[in-house]
Amino acid sequence: MPSQYPIDPSRTDLAREFMANPMGPHSAALQRIVTRMRDTEAAGRYVLVTRVPYQEWGLAQLSGQRGVDVTLLEDQVFNSLEDAERAVFRMRWELITGTPLVLD
Amino acid sequence: MLEKKIAGYSDEISVAPGERIRFMVSCEPGVDRYQADIVRLISGDRQPDGPGYRDELLPTSVSGEYPARTQETYCGSYAVVPDGPAFRALGDLSLQATIFPTLPAVRRACLISKMDVDAGRGFALWTDPSDGLVLQLGDGAGGLSEHALGQPFVSREWYLVSATYNSANGEVLLRQHLLDSYARDTSSGEARHASDGAAAVDCDAPLLIAAASREEARGKPVGEMIFNGRIERPVVASRVLEPSEIEALRSGPVPVDLRTDICAAWDFGQAFETDEIIDISPNRANGELINLPIRAVRGSNWTGDELSYRHAPDQYAAIHFLDDSLYDCEWDADFELEVPADTPSGLYAARLSSGDQEDHITFVVRPPRELSERKDRADRATASLALLIPTASYMAYGNSRGSIEFGNELLANHLAVIGPDERYLNRHPEYGNSMYDHHNDGTGVCYSSRLRPLINIRPTHPWLWQLSADMHLVEWLEAQGIPFDVITDEDMHHDGVSLLERYSCVMTCSHPEYYSTQMWDAVHAFTQRGGRLMYMGGNGFYWRVAYRDDKPGAMEMRRTEDGSRSWASEPGEYYMAFTGEYGGLWWRAGRTPQSLVGNGFIAQGFDHSSYFRRTDDSHDPRVAFIFEGVENEIIGDFGLIGGGAAGLELDSASRAYGTPPHALTVATSEQHTDAYIRVNEDIGHMLLSIGGQDDPQVHADVVFFETPRGGAVFSTGSIGWSSALFHNDHDNNVSRITRNVLDRFLDPTPLA
Repeated sequence: MPSQYPIDPSRTDLAREFMANPMGPHSAALQRIVTRMRDTEAAGRYVLVTRVPYQEWGLAQLSGQRGVDVTLLEDQVFNSLEDAERAVFRMRWELITGTPLVLD
Repeated sequence: MLEKKIAGYSDEISVAPGERIRFMVSCEPGVDRYQADIVRLISGDRQPDGPGYRDELLPTSVSGEYPARTQETYCGSYAVVPDGPAFRALGDLSLQATIFPTLPAVRRACLISKMDVDAGRGFALWTDPSDGLVLQLGDGAGGLSEHALGQPFVSREWYLVSATYNSANGEVLLRQHLLDSYARDTSSGEARHASDGAAAVDCDAPLLIAAASREEARGKPVGEMIFNGRIERPVVASRVLEPSEIEALRSGPVPVDLRTDICAAWDFGQAFETDEIIDISPNRANGELINLPIRAVRGSNWTGDELSYRHAPDQYAAIHFLDDSLYDCEWDADFELEVPADTPSGLYAARLSSGDQEDHITFVVRPPRELSERKDRADRATASLALLIPTASYMAYGNSRGSIEFGNELLANHLAVIGPDERYLNRHPEYGNSMYDHHNDGTGVCYSSRLRPLINIRPTHPWLWQLSADMHLVEWLEAQGIPFDVITDEDMHHDGVSLLERYSCVMTCSHPEYYSTQMWDAVHAFTQRGGRLMYMGGNGFYWRVAYRDDKPGAMEMRRTEDGSRSWASEPGEYYMAFTGEYGGLWWRAGRTPQSLVGNGFIAQGFDHSSYFRRTDDSHDPRVAFIFEGVENEIIGDFGLIGGGAAGLELDSASRAYGTPPHALTVATSEQHTDAYIRVNEDIGHMLLSIGGQDDPQVHADVVFFETPRGGAVFSTGSIGWSSALFHNDHDNNVSRITRNVLDRFLDPTPLA
């Protein structure tokens, strides 16, 4: 069972805080929702796969099974770990709240 | 995207000049040849702001090109009993065991087999996902007959199982009985079958327990269809046993009236500290265990009254077999090095390269084993400083599968980064697990071995942890131009304090977490006899481990009652089978890290590292030498891991836990994030305030204290300390403090 902590989709102020500083440290309120987002099942969990060491990463999902490779999401490639965190934050925001994250 | 395709290991981890070391390599398809060289490792961290990778070629006969090949690894544990007179002229047959299946629903698994499949001779007893107990008998004509009970087993329950074959009437009788008692149990039962024609149960194949085999490799049967779970008291008899006789054979000695008809009855409650299984029948058909199944585990009759297998061996007469355990890959050697006689002690590697492929099989050239007769210290070793490589901790973390299997995202508070190393390891489950992982059946991994590729124990591995993090310290020592010898945990385990006593100062690496009794004793004696110890890390001297002299390269550990841990040992399984010692935290054996080095594990976190602030104690004249030339109150607000010297795992001083009363805490870290959480063994009731922002206990202490006979200990209290040494071309206060301490510790003038 996933974490039950609710994410209030009107708290775009917290999303803005994350986008400005995705690697943290975060405020207590933001850390709560980041913790909620990171607490997922192993199968399907987003991870980054090194494409070029220290330069380029691709998004992937874990299989959750020993010996079974990650699934690469070829259209999601990042040149910084910060951008990757931002992209996954957006996806998880929509998945959990049911509302796309719209920031000005 | 780079795919890793080449990996290897060596038969030794530490060799003296003049000794030999063999290197085993396996390549995946796509690599035809590779270049091998022996290099001295100088630096490893390739991140953009880091020092980069550097090595120095050691000219040896190894340098050259080698043909690539793929080498097979056979993992999984089982027992082999050679064929012999005990099993001659079998006509009637009884097989039995008490079993605790842990993965009965996944696939068919073998309990006992003695089978020549090609000839269709022999027998095998199986667990089947849908049919429960299954007996196979050879028909003598290249085929097998199969007899199933028809009721599946429930996982993690004890059963008494038996199968008999009556050659006079061809009758097969199967029984499986749950030892516990549940309402609505459908997993117990019996089945009677009439076999068609006479079976041929006699054959000259070896007998296997927990596996079947159709081929040999490297001089022994290759185990297949390995059983996951516990087996207790397997028995083979040459006549049809009655239920009362089967019950009588479950434990205790073989009854006198059955001795004639028992081919073998193995008592796993003997010879715990060995690979031998003992047959208590008159035949003495002893066998050998392969790939380290777990011994000293609870049997079906464990009462909980005794917690050590040595006090009640008959209650620990089970062995836990696993289809993914591994002791030794047993690959053929690709090349061998005789370490040239004048080779300086150091950290070395066999550097393998082929196009964009590389691997570094890392090993240590230790100082010569024999000391010359001259008494002056300079001649007795090659340096006054020894860097102690924590090979026990390397083995514990080797082949950690956490990031590729779970992502470790909550622990890191960042997305996991998976590199070619992790994906390679995931393609090779047969290389076994780290002591942080679980076996396929969920059992925690309590044995490790270095006789296999340890993919993350590499100088350039991007996860800066253990060896790759320790390269920061090596890089700093090289840059300082200070001569140092390199020794390992295993050297210290075998040589004792005499090895350490060659040196004025011994320096640990960043995370020397796993210690055997012999290692702990050596470090303690060194500090009590005037030695100077620099503990350059965090969470050291924490878990107790054991080696076995007859099992080189293997190590055991139990994760007992508490401790910060990824799994927990089963109740009653806290004593290590290798030695009989109580496992778990050293604290639980009355030896705290705080009493040895002044501080001990208090908190961990893996997002942002923090900094230290000088304390009032730091102005005590006793420690003036530490801060010479240091102007700032803030120490180490920089570093290559998390941006600070106070990071990852943190140790604090505590009089209550044994910090010497005269110890000085000279700096304390502060402002850790909430991803830093206090260790659970220090918490009674869980509270909301256990994170770095709320809990003042979440901090590291840099501790100094003098020891008897002019010795001293300096402890950094943080794994992250060494990651700060490189900052600003080594011109920084962490580097300065470390150098100040080292210079003073190499000065023979007594400290107290």
